[in-house]
Amino acid sequence: MAATQVVRSEWTKIRSVASTVWTLGLAAVVTVALGVLISWFSKNEFDKLSDNEKLSFDPTFISFAGMSLGQLALIVFGVLVVSNEYSTGMIRTSLAAVPQRGTFLFSKMAVATCLAFAVGLITSFVAFFLGQSVLGVHKASIGDSGVLRAVIGGGLYMTLIAVFSMGVATMLRSPMLSLGILMPFFFLISAILGNVSATKKFGQFLPDQAGSKIMQVVTPVDDDVPYGPWGGLGIMVLWVLVAVVGGYVLLKRRDA
Amino acid sequence: MIELEGLTKRYGEKMAVNHLTFTVRPGIVTGFLGPNGAGKSTTMRMMLGLDRPTAGDVRIDGQHYDRLKDPLRYIGALLDAKAMHGGRSAFNHLLCLAQSNGIPRGRVDEVLDTVGLTSVARKKAKGFSLGMGQRLGIAGALLGDPRILMFDEPVNGLDPEGIHWIRNLMKSLAAQGRTVFVSSHLMSEMALTADHLVVIGQGRLLADTSMADFIRQNSRSYVRLRSPQRERLLDVLHGAGVTAVEAGGGTLEVDGSKSEYLGELAAEHGIVLHELSPQQASLEEAFMQLTAESVEYHAHSGTVDDPGADGAPGAPGAPGAWGTGPAEGASRPPGPPQSPPPPPGSSSWGSDWKKG
Ligand SMILES: Nc1ncnc2c1ncn2[C@@H]1O[C@H](COP(=O)(O)OP(=O)(O)OP(=O)(O)O)[C@@H](O)[C@H]1O
Ligand SMILES: [Mg+2]
Repeated sequence: MAATQVVRSEWTKIRSVASTVWTLGLAAVVTVALGVLISWFSKNEFDKLSDNEKLSFDPTFISFAGMSLGQLALIVFGVLVVSNEYSTGMIRTSLAAVPQRGTFLFSKMAVATCLAFAVGLITSFVAFFLGQSVLGVHKASIGDSGVLRAVIGGGLYMTLIAVFSMGVATMLRSPMLSLGILMPFFFLISAILGNVSATKKFGQFLPDQAGSKIMQVVTPVDDDVPYGPWGGLGIMVLWVLVAVVGGYVLLKRRDA
Repeated sequence: MIELEGLTKRYGEKMAVNHLTFTVRPGIVTGFLGPNGAGKSTTMRMMLGLDRPTAGDVRIDGQHYDRLKDPLRYIGALLDAKAMHGGRSAFNHLLCLAQSNGIPRGRVDEVLDTVGLTSVARKKAKGFSLGMGQRLGIAGALLGDPRILMFDEPVNGLDPEGIHWIRNLMKSLAAQGRTVFVSSHLMSEMALTADHLVVIGQGRLLADTSMADFIRQNSRSYVRLRSPQRERLLDVLHGAGVTAVEAGGGTLEVDGSKSEYLGELAAEHGIVLHELSPQQASLEEAFMQLTAESVEYHAHSGTVDDPGADGAPGAPGAPGAWGTGPAEGASRPPGPPQSPPPPPGSSSWGSDWKKG
């Protein structure tokens, strides 16, 4: 069975369901809109900041602030791409057509990942340029050192969030269970662990906190994070690999 | 050809399929019969490589399913009509299946036409009726023009016209030399469709025989008698060397004698008869007898008059669904039990869809 056939088939699947458009659309709109809003607030509040805060002011990172909410739509996208197969019973039809489960899973993930990357990258660039235009005098330029890396990194971050969700959904199968674990994980647990000083050290190694380092251009003054932008992204990639390999192993071993 | 060898599947403590060995041959329709929970669907899932056998082996044309290149071109299956994404259109559902097996796009339109869904090809599958969903599933099975076809209870929930259509479809597929394997819990349905019969109960093989043989061995013909002078009639029959069996409700049953002879015998002795009728025991009863010990989900007895109202605890589906007649001991259904429904004229099932 040629993998190109399966990739083509998965592309037909993903483009022919409504959830693809609204999850990715929502991710882009929320990320950009919230980013613009927060950029606007930040500009107005700039004069009230302390000297240290002014030194740590990172206009690039601020324009990506919407991602904390927009990533939730990407999680839904990643979960639905996989768990739709299970919740509808399509999985049996799919695996009867493509009994090589590795080919099936990785073709599906490849298609969804490319789509998420395309949307993520466009979103990231739009969020950056609109955010900067709102920030006015405080704005960063795409040519500044580290800025292009941060903007492309924003696209990579969004993509990895989606892939991580696909891996988790492959392991758990149920969309409700997957969302019920991923949503609080990214929206609550990570934030709580990151803000309580006792758990901060651990929170730094969670996929979203480590991964979002790639979008930082200005290192905060009292920063004690033990990794750089690419190191952080590497930590996130490790999480993603664990989720994907776990999903693959379970899919391979389980009855469909 | 599908070959099973000692195929076994255990779910925890439960033996769903127990050492099945049989062969499904080309050119005929092979019926796969068993009561609820017998293991039919599990067997079919293992044939498609969806469930891994605990022991044993199943081969499609000598190969394991996952070794087939573009399996839809070898074997098409309808397992569950709802096994599709409801938000996807019928066309796109079939297109993604076709693309995964390198089947040309034009074939999608062909099979949609075959099953009569052309006019709703762009509609989402979740709006489809049970019958339309079933047809879309069958279209998927036909997509790769496979030599082997497999249907799990294809007539479930269909109206008579739909049932007739599927029956003819399966026969014509077999007539083209294809292997057709179809499961059911209705013996009467199989008697009309299948040439060969594989019966299982609680995962075990109970029969593997040609339909003709099964009918010959299992269709019992007898005469039912009812008389106000029952004791005298019994004496007379006994005197003539005829064995009569009391069948409840004051009726007697006589095996292997002609009704003409019994009528004349009664007249000779001046016995009044209220009933003298030739009967044919249904294949359904033969099937029920065969599987009696292995039926997992019994309906409660004692409500024989209304078997449909039985609430068997833990029984999935309708407990009375697989028997047309009431349980043993009750009066047998009169007349030949399998009369085919009238053919629905020249209009094929689904033709109304084509008209739009
Ligand atoms: N995934 C599973 N996990 C646990 N038990 C299962 C599973 N699938 C089937 N079984 C059990 O295996 C037995 C056989 O089930 P199966 O669905 O194969 O029967 P069937 O002959 O298709 O029945 P029906 O006519 O009701 O469709 C049943 O007792 C069922 O409860
Ligand atoms: Mg079944």
